[in-house]
Amino acid sequence: MTKLVEMAGIEKHFPGVHALKNVSFDIEAGEVHALMGENGAGKSTLMKILSGVYTKDAGSVRAFGEEVTFDGPRAAQDAGIGIIHQELSLMNDLTVAQNIFIGREPRGRFGTLNETKLNANAAELFAQLNIDILPTDRIEGMSVAKQQMIEIAKALSYRSRVLIMDEPTAALTNTEIRELFAMIEKLKSDGVGIVYISHRMDEIKQISDRITVMRDGEYVDTVPAEQTPINRIITMMVGRELEDAEVKIPDLADAEIALEVRGLTRGRMVQDVSFSVKKGEILGFAGLMGAGRTEVARAIFGADTPEAGEVIVHGRPVKIRNTRDAVLAGIGYLSEDRKHHGLALSMDVRANVGLASMDQVTNVIGRIDETKLAKTAVDYIDKLGIRTPSDQQEVGLLSGGNQQKVVIAKWLMRDCDILIFDEPTRGIDVGAKAEIYRLMNQLADEGKAIIVISSELPEVLRLSHRIAVMCEGQLTGILPGGVEQEAVMALATQRETTEDAA
Amino acid sequence: MSLTKLKPSGSTLQKALAFGSLIALVLIFSFLSENFRTLSNMINILQATSVIGVLAVSATIVIITGGIDLSVGTAMTFTAVTAGMLLTWLGLPIPLGVIGAILMGALTGLASGFFITKMRIPPFIATLGMMLVLKGLSLIFTGTKPIYFNDSPGFTEIASGSLVGLLVPAFPLPNGVLILFAVAAIVGWILNRTALGRYTYAVGSNEEATRLSGVNIDAWKMGIYALAGAVTGVAGILIASRLNSAQPALGQGYELEAIAAVVIGGTSLTGGRGTILGTIIGALIMSVLTNGLRILSVAPEWQIVATGFIIIGAVYADMLRKKT
Repeated sequence: MTKLVEMAGIEKHFPGVHALKNVSFDIEAGEVHALMGENGAGKSTLMKILSGVYTKDAGSVRAFGEEVTFDGPRAAQDAGIGIIHQELSLMNDLTVAQNIFIGREPRGRFGTLNETKLNANAAELFAQLNIDILPTDRIEGMSVAKQQMIEIAKALSYRSRVLIMDEPTAALTNTEIRELFAMIEKLKSDGVGIVYISHRMDEIKQISDRITVMRDGEYVDTVPAEQTPINRIITMMVGRELEDAEVKIPDLADAEIALEVRGLTRGRMVQDVSFSVKKGEILGFAGLMGAGRTEVARAIFGADTPEAGEVIVHGRPVKIRNTRDAVLAGIGYLSEDRKHHGLALSMDVRANVGLASMDQVTNVIGRIDETKLAKTAVDYIDKLGIRTPSDQQEVGLLSGGNQQKVVIAKWLMRDCDILIFDEPTRGIDVGAKAEIYRLMNQLADEGKAIIVISSELPEVLRLSHRIAVMCEGQLTGILPGGVEQEAVMALATQRETTEDAA
Repeated sequence: MSLTKLKPSGSTLQKALAFGSLIALVLIFSFLSENFRTLSNMINILQATSVIGVLAVSATIVIITGGIDLSVGTAMTFTAVTAGMLLTWLGLPIPLGVIGAILMGALTGLASGFFITKMRIPPFIATLGMMLVLKGLSLIFTGTKPIYFNDSPGFTEIASGSLVGLLVPAFPLPNGVLILFAVAAIVGWILNRTALGRYTYAVGSNEEATRLSGVNIDAWKMGIYALAGAVTGVAGILIASRLNSAQPALGQGYELEAIAAVVIGGTSLTGGRGTILGTIIGALIMSVLTNGLRILSVAPEWQIVATGFIIIGAVYADMLRKKT
């Protein structure tokens, strides 16, 4: 087979992160080459280099027999390398054909747009691909699957010979997945090389010819899909790096249950989820991207209203209609997206620490007792070791780790005894991570019930006393702390629910 | 980690810039015209700033939340008409008329707040609607004719009388200016020292993070709009007192001048940042410019053009600052 693309010795640094270390990858004509690895392994970075979004620091990329350097997505596109991103990027108010040929519309004699030709070109493209969509339909209201087909058609309209698909099935139903796979087979037979990024083991086995695994920015191995058992692939993804501190699991047999959730349901992402957390316990939530962990947290916290289910706090059922109710019940939520959901970045540390507890520092007419608030804020700055010039420093100017500590301080001031940490160390450097871990353990020792959601499996394993695993909106099992990563990964990639193992 | 010294925050810098521009404008006009640099002209400028200044304070509150209030101009007229109906038609004493107008202002703000929070209508549209509704209601209630306050002697004293002048005859500062400063001080205090003010900045800075902190933002936002409406009511009293009448056809266009003053004063239209002091400086810049150009006999048409460029220049200066 001919190699369409060969990447060798690729290096990429981001501030503070060595994202790709001497990575090699190649794509042959007419194959589906799966790229696998945990979140943060470097898959997307590698593909962004290939598609011209990022520039490499070192290494070589050969495409179609020539050494290339793409200075932008358009250059890669013109060379014949198309990418379909996880988030679809079509313009809702334009028609299908207008979307496909955006930026290169066929022109009439006076530079006017030739809409007839535009639609004819799109129709021709669809005919080649056996897609049954009218070029003149608007995108608005179309299913995700249809939009994806259009994205693929758009990529191919540039005569792409390499097509990168990032998690293409994340939002599709089983029928739609079958349609997508039929299309992929057709592209293969036409000699297109496809890079397929997915977390779903069963799909990978079904569709791909070769599998390349990456871990921590490094190339691990490339194996034939058919002959390699799933367990072996998981082991390759996870690696053997258990030098992390062992988790100490306290004896919580007599501890009171702080939070119990029964039959929580909201849309596709939260389906009949039930679990409980005791005082002093750290319950980890593991799962792959899009498994529904954050959605569970948001539903418990009232950020999204659940359709069904009960939330019981300290043995008493509570009705949570909005975030105010959750906070009054003693539940605090530390969002995965600090900048957008956790902090008012343009305000100072003091104001952010007090944001959830204004009633503690205001009098009847709402006057803020600044002295009291400042004292409390300074106390937390000392207690949590927040590195800031003063409590009046703008939060946006602090580092990620210190911003996270400000959010923690906010909930401690509120005196929440149930804390939900969603990706607590995302974007935080290694040193600060250890501090956040220490802090979380300390909070559990003090009797707080803690839920920690993390996409980094080692993090979940290191912190959790028990581990709840989710896959596609369902809780696929609750494991005791200290289990092997493989056991968690098996539950996280399991599409059908089996009975609770713990 | 080194604890670097705090750079002056953006709004401080913008305020300094705006204040510098104000001083520069005053100096330039003083140099060019001796008629400009008289005490009575300075008092004129302040008097001319009082109504638009109070209105701009109202607009500032809403703009800090990241919203916009297009209805301040006609809401001001509507509250003036309310005062006219209470005082002239019902013959109530002046204090009740004043309180009634302010309450009516708060009510119109509350209505905008309701549309924005409970019906999820974008502030631009909700207040655009309110602008027309209130304009229409003012015309309907008055039968399109002005209401005069001739039966309420003393009403004109609210804006045009001078308590300061009674004490210091040489310095007849009109009460309207005192009221502007009082309103600015009170609202400044609310924004900086109370929970309502804190949530005003928090919502503008990051509404979702504020909601996820367990703050009932719908209720607080309605409160914020009501406060802005009450301040608009004060502007309504001031303009009615200045004119000794409630002019139902007046009002539209004032909202844009108010917003211009807010923007020149360094308040960000994206929310989260801004100060009342900045807004007052912004309003003064506009008044000084209008007054100075008129004294220099520049045609009014050119005064409008100049104001337009000042607004663009002020925001451009802000953009340059953000880039660096």
